[in-house]
Amino acid sequence: MKAIQAHFRKLDREPTDVELETLAQTWSEHCKHKTLTSDVVFNGTTIPNLLKSTVFRATEELARPWCVSVFKDNAGIVEFDEKFNVCFKVETHNHPSAIDPYGGANTGLGGVIRDVLGCGLGARPVGSTDVFCVGPPDAASTPPGTIHPRRLLKGLVAGVRDYGNRIGLPTVNGAVFVDERYIGNPLVYCGTVGILPREKSFKAARKGDRVVVVGGRTGRDGIHGATFSSAELHEKSEAVSSGAVQIGNAIVEKKVIDTVLQARDLGLYDAITDCGAGGLSSAVGEMGEELGAEVDLEKVPLKYEGLTCAEIWISEAQERMVLSVPPEHVDRLLKVFAAEDVEATVIGTFTGTGDLVLRYSGHEVSRLGMEFLHHGLPREPRVATWAEPKVSDPRPPEKKDYREDLLKILGSWNVCSKEWIIRQYDHEVQGGSAVKPLTGAGDDGPSDAAVLRPILGSHRGLALGCGMNPRYGDLDPYQMAANAIDEALRNVVAVGADPTRTAILDNFSWGNPNDPETLGALVRAAQACYDMAKAYGTPFISGKDSLNNEFRTGGKTVRVPHSLLISALGIVHDARRCVTMDLKEPGNFVWLVGPTRMELGGSHFMLVNGLAGGKVPTVDPAMGPKILSVVARAISEGLVRACHDLSEGGLAVAAAEMAFAGGLGLNMFLEQAPVKLLTGESALLFSETPSRFLVEVRERDFGKFERATEGVPRGCVGQVTATGRLELVGRGRGKVLDVSIAELKEAWRKPLAW
Amino acid sequence: MVKALVVRTAGTNTDLETVVACEKAGFRADLLHVNRLVERPALFGEYQLFIVPGGFSYGDDLGSGRVFANELRLRLIDPIREFVRAGKLVLGICNGFQVLVKSGLLPDPLADGPPSVTLTFNDSGRFEDRWVRLKAMPSKCVWVTPGDFMETAVTHGEGKFVAPAATIDRLEAAGQVVLKYVDAAGAESGFPVNPNGSLRNIAGICDPTGRVLGLMPHPEKHLDWTNHPRWTRKAPRDPDGLRLFRVAFERLSR
Repeated sequence: MKAIQAHFRKLDREPTDVELETLAQTWSEHCKHKTLTSDVVFNGTTIPNLLKSTVFRATEELARPWCVSVFKDNAGIVEFDEKFNVCFKVETHNHPSAIDPYGGANTGLGGVIRDVLGCGLGARPVGSTDVFCVGPPDAASTPPGTIHPRRLLKGLVAGVRDYGNRIGLPTVNGAVFVDERYIGNPLVYCGTVGILPREKSFKAARKGDRVVVVGGRTGRDGIHGATFSSAELHEKSEAVSSGAVQIGNAIVEKKVIDTVLQARDLGLYDAITDCGAGGLSSAVGEMGEELGAEVDLEKVPLKYEGLTCAEIWISEAQERMVLSVPPEHVDRLLKVFAAEDVEATVIGTFTGTGDLVLRYSGHEVSRLGMEFLHHGLPREPRVATWAEPKVSDPRPPEKKDYREDLLKILGSWNVCSKEWIIRQYDHEVQGGSAVKPLTGAGDDGPSDAAVLRPILGSHRGLALGCGMNPRYGDLDPYQMAANAIDEALRNVVAVGADPTRTAILDNFSWGNPNDPETLGALVRAAQACYDMAKAYGTPFISGKDSLNNEFRTGGKTVRVPHSLLISALGIVHDARRCVTMDLKEPGNFVWLVGPTRMELGGSHFMLVNGLAGGKVPTVDPAMGPKILSVVARAISEGLVRACHDLSEGGLAVAAAEMAFAGGLGLNMFLEQAPVKLLTGESALLFSETPSRFLVEVRERDFGKFERATEGVPRGCVGQVTATGRLELVGRGRGKVLDVSIAELKEAWRKPLAW
Repeated sequence: MVKALVVRTAGTNTDLETVVACEKAGFRADLLHVNRLVERPALFGEYQLFIVPGGFSYGDDLGSGRVFANELRLRLIDPIREFVRAGKLVLGICNGFQVLVKSGLLPDPLADGPPSVTLTFNDSGRFEDRWVRLKAMPSKCVWVTPGDFMETAVTHGEGKFVAPAATIDRLEAAGQVVLKYVDAAGAESGFPVNPNGSLRNIAGICDPTGRVLGLMPHPEKHLDWTNHPRWTRKAPRDPDGLRLFRVAFERLSR
């Protein structure tokens, strides 16, 4: 505020309302990410520009030649094949979804699709992902001003379904996390992957180019969306801020995609970006950052009359793109859009003066220097503290039989089948589905990741996976982040992606960063991002943060769990070599790859036994990458019939899922399981130590697999049977589990069979 | 050269894979916006196969396929009838089937009058994406061989085939019921074998000439063995969906 005051005092005039709105939007946390790009004083030591020192730095130091454009454009771009690049972006749409789940999720997906369409000179969207964090759907009651999690989840699913299915984008990967602290402030992540010709990967508006807005008309929806997203939610948010939620129309956006890609291929524009948060203000402001621009606001097509200049400028009305068009191409460009009934309008010029000038019918309503707009925001150093929380380490209960524990974990919200959601999404459209989200003998087992072939003439594929575990964050945000990265990579490797050609994305959803401990937890997570990206050789290519995810009710503020989503995009060299997680044939052997340690902290075993504390699962930065590498090699050599990563619920849950997905039995003998500093049966069954896989191998490939995995701890722990039972003999005390796969599957299927 | 015309409009979204299906089968395929056909109906003369692909034409805002159906009926009915009379082939997939039915082009493109069959909301009440098994019934349809099976995906919210019993009796007697949903053993059964509650498990019908076919499942979603949901469990096989397009190509190449 003081910087703005000083700036206009120097100019010797008062700012106009449009100028103030432009500054509020441009400088908002949502658009500028001012917290994470500030210096942070962490436990007394200054970290200059937190994101640059951690996430970006890892990518810079790794300098992978296949990274084409990272942290610059609307999405991160990497190489796909000789002709095409691929881009990926994941966004959050938390606050709109809290007060209007359908509209929030609908436009959340619509928005990230436009990020991809506005990436480089325009990418064709080929797949999408969604992750929801919500309160328990069986909550007895929820505080005033909140939507019950069951109704909320139904709205979110319908929102993604209706946008993705209509626009013709396969929604192929995702997750649902449940925690009471998400009741007032749910999290909604939507991601989109796009394909673009290699030579269309960069853009630059040029002096003299016309500013052209195409697609939907501008209305009063989504006013103050950017600033609303940056504030705390409270009991009255719905009444006060519902005008900040945008209204989506997938068909309008589909028409925009159809026509923009034609104009791209005809080479009719120099640059493109989407109207996202902050609307035209953000789009024109960012595109003309180096040049300056003049815009005549009365030319912007409106849904209805009566909008003020500021409303036209900052409205977040959906389905709009802004193009920078050389004057000689304007006529041809307008014809491309008119031919398919898409509105396209020249509203101004990129001038080269360095000023952003807005007029309405010739009257100047705003004049801001681009330099002040983009670089005038003062940065305050932030204070962050972190102390290892004191965590108790209770001895896990040892039992004679673990049937009840396993059934309970399979039926827990985070683990249970998401078929009810998945089948409402079209995962077949565009025709490139190679590994589906549901797989197995009955088409209903849980895939680790999805694989798409974006170019139908080729068998080259893209694997999409994700990793997240907010439960670990309560114990150790550093290990939470490390585990999320390992899990995202495990998931894509398990289906056949090349870990040396995999890129990852970070999405932080955190509480109020003015609280030093909350920010301290984020610093720890960011440090893990740097360390693990370096250890695994896996670059971050794009990311986003959403802060102030808190809900104020009854005089108390509830902060969401520290929630870092890691999304992975892996290249699959030949989709015909992919594997799925369902057991295939009786007689085959099952190997456990990766050591199991005594790590039940934050685990689902502790959850269903009502226990707190425990040692958090810890990533071994030396061994983890080796394990990924040997498993990837064994898959590429065709030695693997089925592969499943071990995550929530550990070994027992992974074995159960593989068995019922394949409709086969599994006899396990855990004597040969590789372990490290581990005592007791319950830890072996349910520990959530990362970097582990269960792998099904044919008898004839036994020796080859053994040799291919040399150098990492692994053991043959079982054999596939035709009995239809999961039988498990522990390390010395006889059978500790003997359950029919029908019973296991029913427990897993039931909770979300709505 | 045998040429296929795939028409698209606002909300068409399976056009690209439909073009690929035609090309893989041997056609030269063009993708044209419906506005171009309205401007120059004579374009139909250049093609031997006309396909209305899947999607959510105009958002299905007035009911699935309704707006696009009216567009074809009111602005393109004459060239389409001429196309059928000339012995050429027409295919409507999913939303394209809905369009053919709601425009009255199926079950009989040459008859006037209101539509006699329709496609409505799935019994489950929601959009469903799942793979189904289809059996080709004894019929007049030139696109399939009776007794053949095809496995491919359904992805729709409004795919339940509905008509008065007498109308369905008549269609069956006339050999116009082409495809039915069946289980692994080839028998008709309830949900999810029949994914939408279609009466008599009907998945696709043809016109009295056997040359105009409409179906809810998506043959263009099974053009590669890796599309099949259980491909990692079995030995590779010729993709079922592609076969449909090949039959059409062979017939038109003769």
